[in-house]
Amino acid sequence: MTSVLIAALALILMGVAYQQGVSRSRALAGASRLHSRPQYHGAFLALWATVPLLFVLLIWVVTSGMIQDWYIASQIPAEILPGTTEYASAAARLRNIASGFGVAGEIAPWEAEAGEGLARFMTILRLSIVALGALLGVAGLLVMRARLSPRLRARNHVETVIKTVLIFCSIVAILTTIGIVVSLVTETVRFFTYVSPVDFFFGTVWNPGYSTTSNEASGSYGMLPLLAGTVMISAIAMLVALPVGLMSAIWLTQYATPRLRNVIKPVIEVLAGIPTIVYGFFALVTVGPALSAFGDFIGFGINATSALTAGIVMGIMIIPFISSLSDDIIRQVPRAMRDGSLGLGATKSETIRMVIVPAALPGIVGAILLAVSRAIGETMIVVLAAGNAPILRFDPTEPVSTFTVTIVTALTGDADFASPQSLVAFALGLTLFVITLMLNIGALVIVRKYREQYE
Amino acid sequence: MTEALETEAEANTRRRAQVRKSLSRRNRAEKRFKMLGLGSVLAAMAFVAVLFGNILTNGLPAFWQFNIDAEVYFDPEIINVPEVPVQQAGQSDADFRAEMLGWQRRLAMVNWNRILVSSVEGALAEAETADGAGTVTEIDTRSAQSIIDSGARFVLRDMVLADPTIIGERREMQLLLSADGDNWAKGKLSRDLPDDRQQLSRAARDAIDLLTEEGIVHRAFAWHIFTNVDSRSSPASAGLAGAFVGSFYMMLVVILLAVPIGVSSAIYLEEFAPKNPFTDLIEVNINNLAAVPSIVFGLLGAAVFINIFHLPLSAPLVGGLVLTLMTLPTIIIATRSALRAVPPSLRQAALGIGASKTQMVFHHVLPVTYPGILTASILGVAQALGETAPLLLIGMNAFVANVPATPMDQSAALPVQIYLWQGNENRNFFEERTFAAIIVLLALMILLNALAIWLRGRLERKA
Repeated sequence: MTSVLIAALALILMGVAYQQGVSRSRALAGASRLHSRPQYHGAFLALWATVPLLFVLLIWVVTSGMIQDWYIASQIPAEILPGTTEYASAAARLRNIASGFGVAGEIAPWEAEAGEGLARFMTILRLSIVALGALLGVAGLLVMRARLSPRLRARNHVETVIKTVLIFCSIVAILTTIGIVVSLVTETVRFFTYVSPVDFFFGTVWNPGYSTTSNEASGSYGMLPLLAGTVMISAIAMLVALPVGLMSAIWLTQYATPRLRNVIKPVIEVLAGIPTIVYGFFALVTVGPALSAFGDFIGFGINATSALTAGIVMGIMIIPFISSLSDDIIRQVPRAMRDGSLGLGATKSETIRMVIVPAALPGIVGAILLAVSRAIGETMIVVLAAGNAPILRFDPTEPVSTFTVTIVTALTGDADFASPQSLVAFALGLTLFVITLMLNIGALVIVRKYREQYE
Repeated sequence: MTEALETEAEANTRRRAQVRKSLSRRNRAEKRFKMLGLGSVLAAMAFVAVLFGNILTNGLPAFWQFNIDAEVYFDPEIINVPEVPVQQAGQSDADFRAEMLGWQRRLAMVNWNRILVSSVEGALAEAETADGAGTVTEIDTRSAQSIIDSGARFVLRDMVLADPTIIGERREMQLLLSADGDNWAKGKLSRDLPDDRQQLSRAARDAIDLLTEEGIVHRAFAWHIFTNVDSRSSPASAGLAGAFVGSFYMMLVVILLAVPIGVSSAIYLEEFAPKNPFTDLIEVNINNLAAVPSIVFGLLGAAVFINIFHLPLSAPLVGGLVLTLMTLPTIIIATRSALRAVPPSLRQAALGIGASKTQMVFHHVLPVTYPGILTASILGVAQALGETAPLLLIGMNAFVANVPATPMDQSAALPVQIYLWQGNENRNFFEERTFAAIIVLLALMILLNALAIWLRGRLERKA
């Protein structure tokens, strides 16, 4: 209710200010030429009227909870110690009395008084805050209205504000990266107070112990089994995706008629839009049992949830990624090279194998690196279909575990956030982040170099 | 001289013979290569077909569930609750609520199962008369109870809650069969298994067979998949409503935050940013963020939003924030390429007649790129809609049986619901149900993409 009123107040203030700016500057325009068009004078005044109001409200939103807590603390009798459950329930009762909802049971006289006091206090405070905001807004409006003149560079002022907002929006991306790096690093450092980095990076046994009594690390946290699983699944995925994706891209760019291409390309790209959880379930329910049955048929034991299952399905997921990237890269190879080779009498396939692919190779390598980084970071397929068995072995028909699976199991379990069992997720996350970052940078460098070669 | 000419001619013939000889081999290689390419394309298309075929054949049956037509008697002897409390003058809201809760608790304690059991017995008697067999098959309470979805209790309770005058009346109702009953009626359970390995007792199985034969148990479209929330105690009536609303809130947050921030950021980088190390940093940053695994964003959410800011676990607001950060680079990159595609002549013309840079961007360049920005935004939202991993890390793997009222409440989301259902112990029933949820998710995504294509076409025609 109050928030609607406040929003209405802000809108009215903004509208009035805009209207005032426009009409006043129009009046001024009679005397001499305006520097800025009347709309900019309007926007200028609207900004001066609403920004102070919003600023005051923002401060209120941030501090109101603290102020309320402080007032409640001053009302609760001294014998109820802060931090106890009695204190928390007393505070909650006061809040409920103040909000008019009431509480069940007997209301002590001091409670009634304090509750009413709280309600009165908060109402007065809220009203005075809104009044203060409105006052500042109106003051901004009046002061700036007096300063409107034909020479006022209203447009420049408004544009500066717009530009500032745009810059703030661009900084969000940087803040995100900083947030990721800082949070991963601090939690990883915390994890390394329990487990030594050497044991973590070079340990061959993954067996985090769970102790209910303390946060001490028990068990071993060697990440090599997870690394092995991650690499194995990614390798299988690439073995599936690379030939199919690359050959599809070649066929689509070199052999297919434009009409056929326009039909087929979107169909293949559908694979890229499917959520990974869908692939994961498909792997678990359909591909896994099928592979297992096939294994029985050829007399070779294949587990339904294994590196092979997850890898194959992940490969299918990556096909469109490889094919559309290679597609772009192959089309960037200058036509003259292709025509030259064909003119010398080479067949189409010879041209592709000996001229186009070698020329596009750096770009294709970049695409492969990007695809590998995506495979390494992929989560839901492996969570569902890889079997989660963090054991160091190199048999693709057995269940394995990966970085991402372990992150999910570590943070979705019941362990306390500050325990090594949970914190290890951040150490793994950081490792994952660094690996993918290096792959991406490598890919970018290669692709950029390659572009320069032909541009 | 002539000799030399002859040798040259001979050499040419030899060479031609050589080429001709190798030509067939080369042509064969060409054909092989082409076939290989075609094969790859066909394989990729086959994957698409198998995937969708698999999902549709497994998931579509879940949208039709077996129901039983039965007469329900709201027996006042079983539903012995006092009059509904009415708020007295002077009674505080809290006291009234306490009294109302007490009444509702009494209502919840009613032995609804007895009502359901007698309904099943009634339906069976009806079926037997229709069958003409006349033999009254005895059905024990437990078997009768196991036929009907346990959620039916709550349906009856809610009916009384909504209208207490119903007590004492008889109503013709369509009740859902239990998950086991549905499995049996659909023929998903082997009929050859011995009794001790069947989930339903012999009496219950026979009763379902008889009722199906007489058309009293029949298939009906399972609307409750869309209107009910998730449920563990009554799997047959578990639905996606909570997940829908949760996903809706998250998409709302993404649209309200990611789209304006992403587009503004792209405008700044493409149109205003001076070429300096700081801008370069932002650029490299965005490209890298786009390739960061989604689970890392989940870790960020767990460490910052949950652990530092103490935002509620499993809330759509937090999920929306994490997904916003994740989709931001996608939207920025796509918007930038849309801006880059605007011909420079447009910019020069605007600047030439005296527009400021901001005017040029907002009045001339941006309107041309609306189709591109719109497509980018919708695709970003679609990507966010299907993302699961980061949501698991901010507590969304919790079982939530509510429709969230605000974005701050605990909630499920569509992809997370799929994850939870695939892990349900009742595999026989939930496998189909999970595929159904996948169909719903994919349908939503296809709808979003179709919307993007349609809007793009419309806007481009206008422009």
